[in-house]
Amino acid sequence: MDKVQKISSENGVVIFSKSTCCLSYAVHILFQELGVIPYVHEIDRDPEGKEIEKALSRMGFNGPVPAVFISGTLIGSTNEVMSLHLSGSLIPLLQPYRPLN
Amino acid sequence: MNSTSTQFVPSRRMGIYEMVGVSGNFKENDYLDSSPSMIFEDTSDGTVGPSNKYDHVARKPADKVLRRLAQNREAARKSRLRKKAYVQKLESSKLRLIELTQELQRARRQGLYKGGELDYGLQGYSGITSPGIATFETGYGQWVEEQNRQVVELRKALQSSNGVTELQFFVNSGMRHYLDLFNMKAAAAKADVFYLMSGMWKTSAERYFSWIGGFRPSELLKVLIPHLEPLSDEQRWEVNNLRQSCQQAEDALSQGMDKLHQIIAETVCDGLLDEGNYLPQLAAAMEKLEPLVRFVNQADHLRRETLQLISRILDIHQAARGLLALGEYFQRLRALSSLWASRPREPA
Repeated sequence: MDKVQKISSENGVVIFSKSTCCLSYAVHILFQELGVIPYVHEIDRDPEGKEIEKALSRMGFNGPVPAVFISGTLIGSTNEVMSLHLSGSLIPLLQPYRPLN
Repeated sequence: MNSTSTQFVPSRRMGIYEMVGVSGNFKENDYLDSSPSMIFEDTSDGTVGPSNKYDHVARKPADKVLRRLAQNREAARKSRLRKKAYVQKLESSKLRLIELTQELQRARRQGLYKGGELDYGLQGYSGITSPGIATFETGYGQWVEEQNRQVVELRKALQSSNGVTELQFFVNSGMRHYLDLFNMKAAAAKADVFYLMSGMWKTSAERYFSWIGGFRPSELLKVLIPHLEPLSDEQRWEVNNLRQSCQQAEDALSQGMDKLHQIIAETVCDGLLDEGNYLPQLAAAMEKLEPLVRFVNQADHLRRETLQLISRILDIHQAARGLLALGEYFQRLRALSSLWASRPREPA
């Protein structure tokens, strides 16, 4: 979908979320802990939210949130983010966006 | 003599004079505790002897004597009936004890009996357990028994010099066994996430260390690492990185849980003290509870990933020692729970 594409390509680290989604919040906290300030797009606060939700489902997001993109690339949901971090592969992906490091 | 006054009861049927205390209590000892002057054999002509204590009997009016003898017979009869009742009570208590012991063993096998005391918490918790939870309880009981067996096998394998293939086999089974547990927990979370999160299925000491429905993986790593030595520098670096990443992931999940906690409390408390019923708030809260399943699954995902990652960092001997250490750690916690449950209590 255009909007998903647009948002994910215009921002380094993107989390599609909902204002009430606590797992999305957890991912947000993790990124902050790693020195990154992600762009959080709350789809329930977006008039086109339903469209975005459908698009994310089509991409394979079951939640459909959180849906994480880094450098325009689809990363996945909480599972994928956690797995990447445990294996040490998340920080390298975030490196361009860590201002303090 | 242990009674203050006694009466002799000539008993033609029994051939022995019973000793009956005035208080009427049947005392087994009374039968046996008899000095020769107290036991008499019935003589065919009905007279009694020796006569040292009973010289005066012949001097009393006959009807009084007869009345006293009848009273004695009555007292003895009642005493025998009391004894019979008491013995019957003992017998049925014994049967009840056997019955209870069997019930206990059955419950223990089904995993309902943990830590040395019946886990009434489960009944108190929901009254009726869902079939999914009943299945989980049974499965978990069997899982623990299997884990205990594996601990024994692993210990033997490490002590023997049978080589790497055997160790590899036991490490693989050990890993698979944990994966089985995560699968069981996923099903249980769908059935009743509150139950899983409460840790009711674990012993009390294990519950103490509980974090979102299980152990905190970074804590387990901290416990294990010293027992994995010697580690190469590279291994130590990798393991420490894993522990740190795990801790960060756990913290993020914990904060997510805190937020959910807050949201649910706010939803339930919305409109407290207002007029009208609170069903809409509860309906809203029910919806808000759904993410709990995702959180528990996420926590288990973290545990599973950590386990798999560490097994890749370690060589086979270290992995075997790690699995053994983990198994023993859980055994000790369960034993601690039993010990705790049977500790001497202060009287209320």
